[in-house]
Amino acid sequence: MSDPILSLTGVRADIDQYHILHGVDLQVPKGELTVLLGRNGAGKSTTLRTIMGLTTVTGGQVRFQGEDITGQPTPRIARKGIAFVPENMGIFSLLTVRENMVLAAVSGPMDEQRLNWIFELFPPMKKFWNRPAGNLSGGQKQMLAIARAVIEPRELLLVDEPTKGLAPAIINDLADAFEQLKQQQVSILLVEQNFNFSRRLGQSVAVMNDGGVVYAGQMAELADNEELQQELLGLGLGAHQ
Amino acid sequence: MSAHDEILEPRPQGAIARFRAFREKQPHLFLLVLMMLVAFFMMDPRTWVVLTISGLAMGAMVFLMASGMTLTFGLMNVLNLAHGAFISLGAFAGATVLVHWLNASAGESSLLANLAAVVPALGFALAVAGVVGLLFERLVIRPVYGDHLKQILVTVGGSIILMEMIHVIWGPNEIPVPRPDALTGAFLVPESWPVIGGVALEKYRLIAVILGLAVYGMMTWVIEHTRTGILIRAGVEDQEMVEVHGYRIRLLFLGVFVAGSALAGLGGAMWAMYREIITAHMGDELMISVIVVIILGGLGSIKGCFYGAVLVGLINLYVGYLEPRLAAVATVGLMVGVLMWRPQGLIPVIKV
Ligand SMILES: Nc1ncnc2c1ncn2[C@@H]1O[C@H](COP(=O)(O)OP(=O)(O)OP(=O)(O)O)[C@@H](O)[C@H]1O
Ligand SMILES: [Mg+2]
Repeated sequence: MSDPILSLTGVRADIDQYHILHGVDLQVPKGELTVLLGRNGAGKSTTLRTIMGLTTVTGGQVRFQGEDITGQPTPRIARKGIAFVPENMGIFSLLTVRENMVLAAVSGPMDEQRLNWIFELFPPMKKFWNRPAGNLSGGQKQMLAIARAVIEPRELLLVDEPTKGLAPAIINDLADAFEQLKQQQVSILLVEQNFNFSRRLGQSVAVMNDGGVVYAGQMAELADNEELQQELLGLGLGAHQ
Repeated sequence: MSAHDEILEPRPQGAIARFRAFREKQPHLFLLVLMMLVAFFMMDPRTWVVLTISGLAMGAMVFLMASGMTLTFGLMNVLNLAHGAFISLGAFAGATVLVHWLNASAGESSLLANLAAVVPALGFALAVAGVVGLLFERLVIRPVYGDHLKQILVTVGGSIILMEMIHVIWGPNEIPVPRPDALTGAFLVPESWPVIGGVALEKYRLIAVILGLAVYGMMTWVIEHTRTGILIRAGVEDQEMVEVHGYRIRLLFLGVFVAGSALAGLGGAMWAMYREIITAHMGDELMISVIVVIILGGLGSIKGCFYGAVLVGLINLYVGYLEPRLAAVATVGLMVGVLMWRPQGLIPVIKV
């Protein structure tokens, strides 16, 4: 395996005075989709936020493309080519869909071709182009959040629970979008509770518990091993089907 | 009871509904039209025209002073009580240029020579207030982001220092400000015009109105149509997400703070030429109007700030004419009235 695009070694992080991450070790292989699993409160969102420089790192190291980015300011980390879709999507609801996209296209005017590709992936974006983003439905907001993340070519996408609260049809659309991104060799770190969704997309997988990574390996391995799933995630294969 | 009956007077349903919709959707226009109409029926139309222009002129100047503060609060959640000091600073800086220039070109009354004095005066006021704003953000505001109590204490302290510096540089006394000849005097409405024929409109007030409208138009354009404007609006809503997209919010803060201070300075210089006399504490006196305006308009809203300033300017002039003793309470009364009707101000942008 080539060098991972992102690697965390022994990362410890605080939010205010609370110690949330107690030494996270995590590798995201280049050009693959890695799924981050774990129970509620395991520290998945905090891990993504820590990569983006949004928590206080008290130990360990975050390396991106070989470079140590630990403790760097968020904007600088973003400019290295990392896009982050947070759990609450972080849509600017007072801005129009277009303005949200203009803001996300950091390096200048939006690329026509990429925009058309996004419109094909998520037709509602075209339809509601000049409407306030706050008026979009939950699923449409999620589409916008992902559209913003990919309006410019990025090295790495961090996406936190994109399927939360969405109807099955829209979840399928999202899965298609991730498939296309995978084909474009974009590296993706996806936090996902929906095991069917993540099993379908993920190549590698890491499982967190109580502020640390307790399992890391190939998704195929975990998907075939019901016992391991039971042990790590507390779910049987049939439970979420 | 009788007032109550009047309100309940039966009217066509459609008209009432439309009126209600107008009142709720365009509260700023509703209030403006209401105020101007009430005043119109309480005085002679010629007086009304003069007072309205004067009120608009005052509103335009107060808008220049207030716009920076409403943005600083809306975007950065910073309460800068030293904003008034920047108004004074601009006034003194502008006055200095005017005094020197007009002495140099004494007696010249051509429009060109006068403009040559006014434009650099306003430019200098803008620049001085902007540069001091830059230092002030770095030294005073930066350490207290996110803490209102500290902001109040630190900016009041900073304000005292700035005013003392004005005393040190320009002396403790009030200073008369020469207004260039081309800007004094009045513009006579031709006699042939209906109703308002022969009314004298002060040139300077007309210019203040035009300048205020120009700045409002420019700010609106920047905020609605440029990337910077998008970032400002986005920053008002969610600073973290602006940073997640790769923009340094602190730099944006700094830019907005400097622009806001510069505009306060511009407003101060305009006010100096309007009053023709300035003191170091003029900024503090104007801060009452400024604070009323930004609360009235809705914190963080440029549009609300503009209409708030116009409303304050108009009510000052109208009430000052009709019942001078009430002029002082009118401004605050307007604010209390609006807040009882709309607790978030006319055009709310952020939740406080
Ligand atoms: N702002 C905060 N202040 C204090 N504690 C926090 C804060 N945010 C998260 N935590 C704590 O950190 C731990 C990890 O939270 P995190 O949001 O990373 O979990 P998660 O794995 O994303 O969970 P979920 O699946 O529910 O989204 C939790 O115990 C949570 O209570
Ligand atoms: Mg989470």
